[in-house]
Amino acid sequence: MSDVLLSVEGLTRRFDVSKPFLNRVFEREERQFLTAAADVDFEIRKGETFALVGESGSGKSTIAKMIVGLLEPSEGEIRFDGKVMDFASGAAMRALRRRFQMIFQDPFASLNPRWRVGDIIAEPIRTFGLMRGAAIGREVGRLLDLVGLSASDAEKFPHEFSGGQRQRIAIARALSSRPEFIVCDEPTSALDVSVQAQILNLMRDLQDEFGLTYLLISHDLSVVRHMSNRIGVLYLGRLVEVAEAKKLFLDPQHPYTRMLLDAVPDLALSGRRRVPVEGEIPNPINPPPGCAFHPRCPHVMDVCRRTIPDPRETDSGTAACHLLTGQPVKAAV
Amino acid sequence: MSDITPKPDPNAFARAWDSDIAWSFRHSPLAIFAALTSLIIIFAAIFAPWLAPHDPFNPASLNLMDGFTPPMEPNQFTGNVYWLGTDNQGRDVFSTILYGARISLFVGFMAVLFAMVLGITLGLIAGYRGGWVDSVLMRVADVQLTFPSILLALLIFGVARGFIPPAYREAMAIWVLIVAIGLSDWVQYARVVRGATMVEKSKEYVQAARVIGAHPVKILIRHILPNVMGPVLVIATIGLALAIIAEATLSFLGVGVPPTQPSLGTLIRIGQGFLFSGEWWILLFPAITLLALALSVNLLGDWLRDALNPRLR
Amino acid sequence: MATPLLSVRDLVVEFPTRRGTLRALDHVSFDIAEGEVLGMVGESGAGKSLTGAAIIGLLEPPGRIAGGEIWLRGERIDNLPPEKMRRVRGRRIGMVFQDPLTSLNPLYTVAQQLIETIRTHVDVSEKEARKRAVGLLDRVGIPAAARRIDDYPHHFSGGMRQRVVIALALAAEPELVIADEPTTALDVSVQAQIIDVLKEICAERGASVMLITHDMGVIAETADRVAVLYAGRMAEIGPVRDVIQAAEHPYTVGLMGSIPTLTQTADRLTQIPGAMPRLNAIPQGCAFNPRCKEVFNRCLVERPELIARGGKRHVACWLYEPMKEAFDV
Repeated sequence: MSDVLLSVEGLTRRFDVSKPFLNRVFEREERQFLTAAADVDFEIRKGETFALVGESGSGKSTIAKMIVGLLEPSEGEIRFDGKVMDFASGAAMRALRRRFQMIFQDPFASLNPRWRVGDIIAEPIRTFGLMRGAAIGREVGRLLDLVGLSASDAEKFPHEFSGGQRQRIAIARALSSRPEFIVCDEPTSALDVSVQAQILNLMRDLQDEFGLTYLLISHDLSVVRHMSNRIGVLYLGRLVEVAEAKKLFLDPQHPYTRMLLDAVPDLALSGRRRVPVEGEIPNPINPPPGCAFHPRCPHVMDVCRRTIPDPRETDSGTAACHLLTGQPVKAAV
Repeated sequence: MSDITPKPDPNAFARAWDSDIAWSFRHSPLAIFAALTSLIIIFAAIFAPWLAPHDPFNPASLNLMDGFTPPMEPNQFTGNVYWLGTDNQGRDVFSTILYGARISLFVGFMAVLFAMVLGITLGLIAGYRGGWVDSVLMRVADVQLTFPSILLALLIFGVARGFIPPAYREAMAIWVLIVAIGLSDWVQYARVVRGATMVEKSKEYVQAARVIGAHPVKILIRHILPNVMGPVLVIATIGLALAIIAEATLSFLGVGVPPTQPSLGTLIRIGQGFLFSGEWWILLFPAITLLALALSVNLLGDWLRDALNPRLR
Repeated sequence: MATPLLSVRDLVVEFPTRRGTLRALDHVSFDIAEGEVLGMVGESGAGKSLTGAAIIGLLEPPGRIAGGEIWLRGERIDNLPPEKMRRVRGRRIGMVFQDPLTSLNPLYTVAQQLIETIRTHVDVSEKEARKRAVGLLDRVGIPAAARRIDDYPHHFSGGMRQRVVIALALAAEPELVIADEPTTALDVSVQAQIIDVLKEICAERGASVMLITHDMGVIAETADRVAVLYAGRMAEIGPVRDVIQAAEHPYTVGLMGSIPTLTQTADRLTQIPGAMPRLNAIPQGCAFNPRCKEVFNRCLVERPELIARGGKRHVACWLYEPMKEAFDV
């Protein structure tokens, strides 16, 4: 097995969504918590693209933010290249921080409108003190060239560019600290399809050239299928299935994965009759007991309503469903 | 800095001329009129020592015989003619207005600057830190808002008088006034900046800076501050008009600047004593100047608010 | 064939700005037949939503119709006075927008909104209107419709709300429903449900649909014909199967190739270089010429009109000009 670059164990994040203190006292309400991510385990190997897919409320962005230190985990551990990430310790993290970067969803919000493109791209270089003086300008020119823009664009402001070009600038910024690992949070969902293809191709090319490792967050199964080696499927904060990309699409193991695949509109006009999906995602503040998917699951059994299924080995990876009979991943305690 | 930092654009002026805000200005006669009026008054105030025909605060140049000269009429004893007449001590009203506007504007600008710096700093901290810091700062602001600002300024003024030894009172009065007006005014800057900061800090460009571990102070000053200044400038403009009026009110009440350095408010206070004895010009001309100044600055602020609001465009 | 239900002829929509007038729709023509579902696709800024807004007379000022005609079942509607247009809207043309929250009034119950709409356009008693409303909600798949009808919009989930909007759009039994990105704000698993409901209920009532979306997958599953807009101009229009499987306009070809699918195996997506021009910088000749792989001289100077390609297909591209073969020889 190839080297693991990033591993996540028991990652959990709860948000306090209680009403203000006085309201709670007068309305006699308990504190309320929203569990955005619950006990999530996965590993990302060097050089691969690992994707997290899920619908709204599945916790995919929460997990991405915890990995890059924008949110603190409530429980669990993130290891990067074998070292535990502890965002509270500034000095120790500095060296680690340079090695990972993030690309955001909205290219209209991810670039400071008051900064010139050159300064935006140079920000990580300056913050990490990687270069000084004229070398920074040359590096910015090289990066702009790399993402398909021209060095003279460094003088311009973000509003002079289209959405696709802005996303290229954001990618150039992410590359400027020469990272090994990039978290891509819905990198193309704000873009038109023809531009999406350009950005996805660019991400592929850069991965080949620099041996980058990607964590791709997306709700679009077609994009995920096109880009990734392995895929994790999230439902209401829990990882229901992790599998190799090709096998996941050929033979989904978890009923939710199957349902999600069925919901993708069929562009090939093959006349495939889709099974209509039942129901909607429940409120994550009060998720259903047992397996969170049980109210929508066509194979629901009694045990599903009571116990949360543990992940088990499958042919293509792991999945958490009571229907499966493979080896449990964790030894029962 | 490196070679990619902004170079002055050869066409910077052309670009500014063509910008939306300049366009909106050129197409608003009211804004142009207001800007001209305020500029003339500000210019006249700054250059008062060179523009004023007399120095009203040099006792040697005053002649009590010149007192109560009506505008544009020769004095009955000396035959001197004054455009806007003279007051009871024979000071040229036009000159006192120029010097008075100077003091009013100085106090106004400094008070706004003080309120701005204080409000922006606290607003940035409250908005970015959130949590209890935010709660404490905003509750203080709420409490302060329950007092009328003029009362608050009076209070601060009174307390300051108690602390400052009498020998310095005269010299310190103007600074006490600035602090009093500024302190009663910071809340609106803090509130606006706090709201805008909360919006900006959730934007992805701030997250991008946080991912690379940029220092929070750097994020606040380099990233967030430039993006929250738009609304601040609007309040600052309107705030300038309000500060000038607040200064005039305090001076009118007799707690403002000392009579040796009369501001427009002081002049109005002095003038109103003569209103019923027929010397109307001593009151009227300073009052018109104050009105013109406050109104034109206020109109400018209104225009700026509309011009910066994309929804109204 | 009988007169089409909706006929749009040479529609021009302009936005006067201080830097000159922007032409957002430039001589767009198409028909929608009775009971047909016409898909309208294009990138953001191509003018697909504007087309819908122009038809129902809800262009945001300063946008205005600067030319062309819109006919609804033989009656011209683009120059109707606002009062009459209001009656056409709702009664004869129903609307479904992207965000279900903004199309429902949060202060009234679903029953109040449905009954009011029904009674504004159809002369029935309150009781009868309520019966119809419950029937509609039931039809769009709201469980326990008779009870839930008295709930407020915020009591419903996103998908359920969009079902209510569809019921509302169909309440007055319109002849045409304009659905502008009806599934974009919804989760993947809910999108398919909504598209199914919209398609079925319109078919049942014989209403035609103009489905505006950027999602080719939705079009593929729903539409009979599809119109492709580019920079405010019609690039290609034809039966959905033809356009998706054998696109002719180089833009449509590129667009189809750039969509990743669940079945494709290619390592790289085909990509169209560049981006759609801004409205103030549309090139002379064919608007697509700077990005086109097949560009030749004529494309740079002369704008191609829609050329009939047989089988209800029309393409605005000089490659398909009947005379071209003659020139080549």
